[in-house]
Amino acid sequence: MIVTAAFYVFSAILIGSAAAVVTSRNPVHSVLFLILAFFNAAALFLIAGAEFLAMILVIVYVGAVAVLFLFVVMMLDVNFGQLREGYQRYLPVGATVGAVLFAELLLVLGGWQFAPQASSLRLSSTPAGITNTQALGRLIYTDYVFLFQMAGLILMVAMIGAIVLTHRERTTTRRQSIARQNARQVSDTLEIMEVGYGAGTNVTGIIRPKREPAPVLADEPHTHGVGLPGPGEH
Amino acid sequence: MPLLSEYFPILVFIAIGGFIALAMVGGSLLAAQQKPYAEKLSPYECGFEPFDDARRKFDVRFYLVAILFIIFDLEVAFLFPWAVSLSDIGIFGFLSMLGFLAVLTVGFIYEWCKGALEWE
Repeated sequence: MIVTAAFYVFSAILIGSAAAVVTSRNPVHSVLFLILAFFNAAALFLIAGAEFLAMILVIVYVGAVAVLFLFVVMMLDVNFGQLREGYQRYLPVGATVGAVLFAELLLVLGGWQFAPQASSLRLSSTPAGITNTQALGRLIYTDYVFLFQMAGLILMVAMIGAIVLTHRERTTTRRQSIARQNARQVSDTLEIMEVGYGAGTNVTGIIRPKREPAPVLADEPHTHGVGLPGPGEH
Repeated sequence: MPLLSEYFPILVFIAIGGFIALAMVGGSLLAAQQKPYAEKLSPYECGFEPFDDARRKFDVRFYLVAILFIIFDLEVAFLFPWAVSLSDIGIFGFLSMLGFLAVLTVGFIYEWCKGALEWE
């Protein structure tokens, strides 16, 4: 009873928030409704018994993908008023395409019916007595090892693609060079001078360190002396 | 439904949380006096006028960090069922996960060497 009630509540919220995603005027509101839709879809997964998928939906989609959508909404800086300008002009075409798609969906789903023995014909039936996560784990890493490795490759390609597309070298960035740091000696930078009593104030002025090579940007391990005039320039 | 009965407390929690949120918003709508005027409704930013729109472009590096986070998030998601069923899948399952991690480590080394993780 409670399960049925919960199913209808979550489905209603899911459909309502999904409708709000496409109808909201503010794209940030759309993304927030999308997050609500993800949560309700996770609840529906739970009711259907797919515990692992429900939790992954919350972790990956709510935790990461929704944030990415927010970034895109913030980053693109689309002028939405300008985007809506052609609404009247494109309405007939859009409505036609939408109607055709809707009719096709109705045709497909209207003629759909489950075979009565469908649940017993599954390639990997759900074993009884173990949890969802465990049942998945028994299959993914042994029976479906090629698909699993392919998933790893796709993730690596996505990683490299994202870096290639968005990363650019910043010449102003100062990166740590550990080898140079370790090779640095005290005698390179520090000099002990014998200064007589009272002699340093008038003759030498301020005692300066040994001259160093001019700081190389982006490759300098120490931080002083960027904007300051180098020694001996006075 | 033994699985769902474990989640019943969460359902109760959601219901109570939703009820309290609705009660607070609804209660303030019903009980409080509403006297809005332009100054009260304008965005408040520590006493001065807001500098510009809150929606402005920012650096694409945030996006890169988010994408890299998703990828490692998915990698960890694959680790959960593996860890739970490690005693059933034997040495082959163990090695297949090692191969998966090795592939992703190649990508990780690439991004490390490219300096994609460095900020300033």
